[in-house]
Amino acid sequence: MSVFGDVPLAPPVAVFKLSADFREDGHPQKVNLGVGAYRTDDCQPWVLPVVKKVERLIVEDAGLNHEYLPILGLPEFRSASSKVALGDGSAAIKDGRVGGVQALGGTGALRIGAEFLRRWYNGVNNTATPVYVSAPTWENHNSVFADAGFKDIRPYHYWDAAKRGLDLAGLLDDLEKAPEHSVFVLHACAHNPTGTDPTREEWKQISEIMKRRSLFVFFDSAYQGFASGDLDKDAWAIRYFVSEGFELFIAQSFSKNFGLYNERVGYLTVVARDSENLSRTLSQMEKIVRTTWSNPPSQGARIVSKTLNCPELFAEWKSNVKTMADRVLLMRDQLKAKLQALGTPGTWDHITQQIGMFSFTGLNPKQVEYMIAEKHVYLMASGRINMCGLTTSNIDYIAQSIHDAVTKVPQCRS
Amino acid sequence: MRGKHAMRSTVRKTPAGSAKARLMFAFKKDTDTRKAYLAGREYYSEEGTTFELRLVQKIKQQQSADPTSRPGYPSSLGVREFIRRATEVALGKSSRAVVEDRVLGVQTPGFTAAVRLGAELLRHWYAVRTVWCGPVYLSSPCDDSLAGIFQAAGIQDIREYYYWDYKRRGICLEKLLEDLTKAPEQSVVVLSASAHYPTGAALSQNQWAQIANVIMRRRLFPFFLLPPQALCYGDLEQGVWPVRYCASQGMELLCAQSFSHCFGLYGEAVGHLLCVLKQKSLLFPMESQADRIVRLLWAQPSAGGACVVATVLGNPAHLVEWKEEVKRIVERCMLIREILRERLRLLGTPGCWDHLTQQGGLYCFTGLNGEQVDFLSKKRHVYLLPDGCLNVSAINSRNLDNIVESIHLALTTSD
Repeated sequence: MSVFGDVPLAPPVAVFKLSADFREDGHPQKVNLGVGAYRTDDCQPWVLPVVKKVERLIVEDAGLNHEYLPILGLPEFRSASSKVALGDGSAAIKDGRVGGVQALGGTGALRIGAEFLRRWYNGVNNTATPVYVSAPTWENHNSVFADAGFKDIRPYHYWDAAKRGLDLAGLLDDLEKAPEHSVFVLHACAHNPTGTDPTREEWKQISEIMKRRSLFVFFDSAYQGFASGDLDKDAWAIRYFVSEGFELFIAQSFSKNFGLYNERVGYLTVVARDSENLSRTLSQMEKIVRTTWSNPPSQGARIVSKTLNCPELFAEWKSNVKTMADRVLLMRDQLKAKLQALGTPGTWDHITQQIGMFSFTGLNPKQVEYMIAEKHVYLMASGRINMCGLTTSNIDYIAQSIHDAVTKVPQCRS
Repeated sequence: MRGKHAMRSTVRKTPAGSAKARLMFAFKKDTDTRKAYLAGREYYSEEGTTFELRLVQKIKQQQSADPTSRPGYPSSLGVREFIRRATEVALGKSSRAVVEDRVLGVQTPGFTAAVRLGAELLRHWYAVRTVWCGPVYLSSPCDDSLAGIFQAAGIQDIREYYYWDYKRRGICLEKLLEDLTKAPEQSVVVLSASAHYPTGAALSQNQWAQIANVIMRRRLFPFFLLPPQALCYGDLEQGVWPVRYCASQGMELLCAQSFSHCFGLYGEAVGHLLCVLKQKSLLFPMESQADRIVRLLWAQPSAGGACVVATVLGNPAHLVEWKEEVKRIVERCMLIREILRERLRLLGTPGCWDHLTQQGGLYCFTGLNGEQVDFLSKKRHVYLLPDGCLNVSAINSRNLDNIVESIHLALTTSD
């Protein structure tokens, strides 16, 4: 008898199941608005020109060292990553209290941060510390913290479905009521899946309460540069919190803004109270990494670090990022315009008010089902669409499909 | 600058640095021109550098010039072609388990990650009905990070089985079998398929058959470690024999593989975990659970290095070229071991040094104790790991004399 005889089939991951269904669909006008990856106007993945250039440089570099990377990662990559998040002139970096860990993508960074907090935060091995994630949030947040050992993972109010915007009152209320020292996972910009970010004033309010109530700030930053097209603008919230004296973590992903999805380039930035705290924290993180993947892969980190550390390449990269962000902004404008032109019931301002890759359309599950079954337009049951899936060739069809869904399928939720 | 309300520092006092890190630090600060670092994990050439196999460099250049664009996120289980080749290279193309499609293969970011994934699978899904939580048996000695990996996965009950006899400087099979016989049913046993780290020791086929017997009889579960496949004997098949043998006996097993050493791809973290199952019907559920665990650890493995390995292993001409390069590496290591043994014998260094050539692979358990190792680093600028393990490839024509003399002095100088 097999010792694995009682293993049940794990439930499929919604977004990948969606892609699988999409692949099986033979309809000529099918569109995939599910997965969160950038696509060009020809609906192709895009290898950034600067990345291609840097890859060649690396391959031709005869003096390259082929050893295992240090456990904490490639040194040039680490310093460059912190700088890109906190800014060149960051006082915290100058104070020597910023460091971090190279990780396997944003997921890896979150996991290392979560494992550290579970072991060393709010006491030793205090798995009862509440961890708050936004309602809704990226579907993995919950499980990453749960698998790291946290027992109490709770939602905080975020999306107001009625007004299609941020539920600020609910959010602030949750912050006031959360037990002190709770961990809050905040999206630095381009909130996934709603595309709705707090304004600067709202961030200030959030910060004030978090400081007062000693809540721990854990930023998830997967879209820097991608949201507005401007790296500094997209990092405003992070930098504000750092300037307010918070000790915090930032899980950064370079998958999207470098198009390096399959090279797994991520970084966990640690901002500590002082350099002594920083080195103790990093020493413990090193132990955690040692039992997870030990030495991170070098290829992606080399590409990112070469790019970030060279002024010309950095400028070229920023312009590549802006290209992606601008295309998304264009599609947002056009989608809203077309829906308004069609006279689709409801308001569609949220499409251009939201930011980043995703938009929470406001379509309900029945309308989403209609979109998939009748129109072969694939989107998440939550009504989330990937704006990158829109192109000049399919936008009319998509707008018409949304129009039909809204007019033919009842508004009220079943 | 810091705000008025600086946060209470959240992190408790935590110890800094590992033994390895301290050793490296001391080596870097050492200004002696004769200093030699023999504690690294990678293969070093005669020139003293790690290097990329020529073939690998060629393939990387080809792949970078390839105009076809890369897909987005790869599968969380990895590059399919790589998984297929990695599985074949471990079990053999004609293995019944492979032919019957009952082998789970997952690409992982390196060897440690493969062990971690195996540990997680065991903790969550091994003998589910009995609520299994250990024990896991590790060889004595073993890689010092192994216990930590299982513990990180949530398995706290870690025990040792007798392996290395320090007096005889060899494996003591009788005591090994005794320990396995006494192990509770459903224990997991971690075994090095060849070139054990850190001793470099290996078991004969006959000895493996005896071990497999006990494992089957006592209903234990084997978890094989296969880091430097081909680097022990220069032969892909010989180093992996025990895994194939157990599979052929119809056993279920886990096997963690690394392609770093034999492809010189250290920086690229190319690992693989395979799980041989008894029935094909279990493959899909196990795959889905492995997928779930991976998604919460690293989401997907990195693609680059795996594509290179898949290209080499999938092409007969490349395969021949690669085997040639690996053979040269292995032969050099064997030669260094011979020379070391001979030179120590000529100097009349106390003790028997046959074990140097009886072991295989990159690492060598010299048998030096902690004090002697300390003497070597502090007085002779020769750095070994505290347990007396050294990396054979780091010895070359420039440092050989000093190393031989130093070992001799370590054993003859009284403290």
